[in-house]
Amino acid sequence: MNVTLKNVTKKFPSRTKNTPDVYAVNDFTLEFPDGKLIALLGPSGCGKSTTLNLISGLLKVTDGKVLFGDEDVTDLAAEKRGVGLVFQNYALYPHLTVRQNILFPLQNLKGKEKMSKSQMNEKAENIARLVQVDNLMDRKPSELSGGQQQRVAIARALVKMPKVLLLDEPLSNLDARLRLQTREEIRRIQKETGITTLFVTHDQDEAMSISDMIVVMKDGVLQQTGLPQEVYDNPENLFVAQFLGTPPISTFDGEVRNGTLYIGDDVVFEGLSCQEKKVTVGIRPEGYVLKENGAFRCSLKRVEVMGRDITVISENENCNSGEIRSIIGSDNKVDVTKEWVCFDLKPEKVYVFDRESGKRLREAEVRSNG
Amino acid sequence: MKKASLLKTVTYIFLFVWAVIVLFPFYWMVLTSVKDYGAYSNEYIPAFFTLSPTLENYTEAFTAVPLLLYFLNTLIFTLVTTALMLIVIIPAAFAFARLDFKGKNFLFTLILSLMMIPNELVVITNYVTITNMDLRNTFTGLILPSVMSVFYVYLLKESFSQVPDELYYAAKVDGTSDFKYMMRVLLPICRPTVVTITVLKVIECWNSFVWPRLVTDEKNYFLVSNGIQEIRENGFGRENIPAMMAAVVVISVPLVVLFLIFRKKIMEGVARGGTKG
Amino acid sequence: MDKKSPKALLYLLPSLLFLGAFLVYPLVDVFVYSFEEGFNFASGTSFGTGLYNYSYVLHDPYFLQALKNTFILVIITVPLSTILALVIAVGLSSIKTLKNLFQTVYFLPYVTNTLAVGLVFMILFKPTAYSDGLVNLLINLFGGQSVDFISGPYWAKMFVLCFYTIWVVMPFKVLILTSALASVNKDYYNAARVDGTGKARTFFRITLPMISPMIFYLVITGFIGAFKAYSDAVALFGTDLNAAGMNTIVGYVYDMLYGNSGGYPSYASAAAIILFAIVLTVTCINLAVSKKNVHY
Repeated sequence: MNVTLKNVTKKFPSRTKNTPDVYAVNDFTLEFPDGKLIALLGPSGCGKSTTLNLISGLLKVTDGKVLFGDEDVTDLAAEKRGVGLVFQNYALYPHLTVRQNILFPLQNLKGKEKMSKSQMNEKAENIARLVQVDNLMDRKPSELSGGQQQRVAIARALVKMPKVLLLDEPLSNLDARLRLQTREEIRRIQKETGITTLFVTHDQDEAMSISDMIVVMKDGVLQQTGLPQEVYDNPENLFVAQFLGTPPISTFDGEVRNGTLYIGDDVVFEGLSCQEKKVTVGIRPEGYVLKENGAFRCSLKRVEVMGRDITVISENENCNSGEIRSIIGSDNKVDVTKEWVCFDLKPEKVYVFDRESGKRLREAEVRSNG
Repeated sequence: MKKASLLKTVTYIFLFVWAVIVLFPFYWMVLTSVKDYGAYSNEYIPAFFTLSPTLENYTEAFTAVPLLLYFLNTLIFTLVTTALMLIVIIPAAFAFARLDFKGKNFLFTLILSLMMIPNELVVITNYVTITNMDLRNTFTGLILPSVMSVFYVYLLKESFSQVPDELYYAAKVDGTSDFKYMMRVLLPICRPTVVTITVLKVIECWNSFVWPRLVTDEKNYFLVSNGIQEIRENGFGRENIPAMMAAVVVISVPLVVLFLIFRKKIMEGVARGGTKG
Repeated sequence: MDKKSPKALLYLLPSLLFLGAFLVYPLVDVFVYSFEEGFNFASGTSFGTGLYNYSYVLHDPYFLQALKNTFILVIITVPLSTILALVIAVGLSSIKTLKNLFQTVYFLPYVTNTLAVGLVFMILFKPTAYSDGLVNLLINLFGGQSVDFISGPYWAKMFVLCFYTIWVVMPFKVLILTSALASVNKDYYNAARVDGTGKARTFFRITLPMISPMIFYLVITGFIGAFKAYSDAVALFGTDLNAAGMNTIVGYVYDMLYGNSGGYPSYASAAAIILFAIVLTVTCINLAVSKKNVHY
């Protein structure tokens, strides 16, 4: 089922008289397509969890509409929306066994949806098998590892075949190894069930690696949506460019003069039809090509050899994001005794943004493939 | 080192002496209850043990005065009052811990401040109310004013508040009503506190004396405390101390047993701020 | 928010009804009673309002006797029981073997029926047909004269009452102080030991200040409890406390309300409010003192 948010706003009243109200989500409009795995991505406090809770119904919207398919569920309470929700700390009922936890949502069904005991048990067994906790059914949550608790929480959310499955920071309480494993697992379960799934994360790796679509938010405002790679390659603004990618993009103070983009005195692009302007230039780490007489000159600090790649760490007086990390192939040789290092830049890895608004300035860029 | 071990010995002796002072009345009570009435009355020097224990006094206790009736009355009074209290205070504690409504904090503070009102002040009007409603010598009159315990509302609310919010939200998303959440999630999780409160209330009810004394003057509605008082003043022909002690043993046993079972819970509950009476 | 209010009210309703009927209404009403002069219980009428009830009570010799008894009881039992409980709790905290057993034994009186055990105390102090009772036997053993504790001289009766009162309140105090002592961070003791602090100094300079809030709590609740003494006196001396000269303020209130001398809810109310005023004053003094002396 596709989920649509129309001009959704959530305002929290201010705690004191002198501070303004807080807009956790501001005029958010988006359709989440049916059957996809969608990541809500953003730094902490950006309103992504609030958005999730507006969809679950645990929070009421201040303004706007929430639609499940064609049905307006804006005024429907959480218990009547039929969503599945997995909490960051799992929120398993500590006094119930795994089986009882999974059965719990089924026992709440009423009217036509009411099931017989054997039906419920069968459903629970099936879902437990799907998430691979069928051998843990009679244990209490306290007897499970973090990863197992996570699976049970997913099973509990899935057992009633929710219209939409919501996961709040599903991987944040797991250790690094389990995190990798579990995110693949979430992908697999989502594919097998085909349920529209939204998950909240602040970790862009997580979002990029498994989702069909990412939604980037900042300060309650939707920034950009799209396929993960598309958003990475084509950020709409400086925030999105900076938020996606590890190591992060380097940014420089630049200027357009006479149809030429400069960083300091170095020429980046020529032949632009852009008016004179102060800009911010972002260069992805993989956008540098080592070249003896390259146009872009930086003072060399050190070199980290990582096997497949070499990371060159350098500094530039116009850089406003600290040290510059450039990743180049290991077949390059860097003379570490030299004071300077020069690069050519790959034009498709260079983004130009308006210095004031942070908006992308495509007219100040040159794309090699046109 | 020698000084330390001397101190330790003195400590143990002191603790032992206090233990004897605490236990001796209980020992004397049991001992006297199994002494033969005739033998007891003829003691020139009270005997610290008896070689011919008898259960006759217990038979006397149950036949000469309606001890069994007092016992049953107290049981009914205790069970009904405690059950009613739980029914009344659990939803209230839940509302304060979980639900949102206008003036919640104000109301809660108001109710907490009622904890400071001494029973002696309100008993007078309650006595008049119950008398005017013609409820003297009825269980209704005994029970109703004894149901509410503000302190337990507070204790339970604190316990409910400690259950993580996520469990409530999880239950909501799982399609649970507030009431069902309270019954199926909150109460099982907070069972230790509920048990503590229940046991403390049972003790309080079993030992209550002042209110029952005010509203009952018919023996048919006496509780054990009043029964004991009645026995003391009129029963057994005042001097049959062994029979009196047998009655005392009988009414003390249930609570001692309850205490030995729930020792930890009771002591924890009381340490958290319970007061007697 | 308003949508939720009726539902929350539903959950609160039973509690509010009980509180309103048996706690709030009576509280207001007792003040009304206390100012209604010549209230007649049978007809429910009075012929005026004023302070007569208070004046009557304050001139009633029985009330003055009860006041005196209560004050003596409070002044003797509160400090004695608190100090004794502190000594016992410190002793308990310093041992490991048998600690649990002692703790359980000490707590036992808490769960027993005050009336029932009071009866046992009575027979311990009371002469039997051919002897002067167990306690007198012990006194004789040490060369003393027999005393009639139950119906003899005033000081003897007061002694029994104080003794029993202390016996009854000890379990609560020992328990509270033992858990207060257990909750003192061990680091302080280790620090003191490293600094070479002696045991007595450690106790008075570290332990005592650390548990002082709990001691003051016990003193305050102790005062309140002792001012409301009643059941213990009834257990020892019977329901006719005025005749025994051992009545307490609460006893006076109940006697005014009910029983042979009863039927005067106005006098009872006035006496209850006087008691409340005394307790409130003492509690406020206590709080003021504790604010000055509790350093944490």
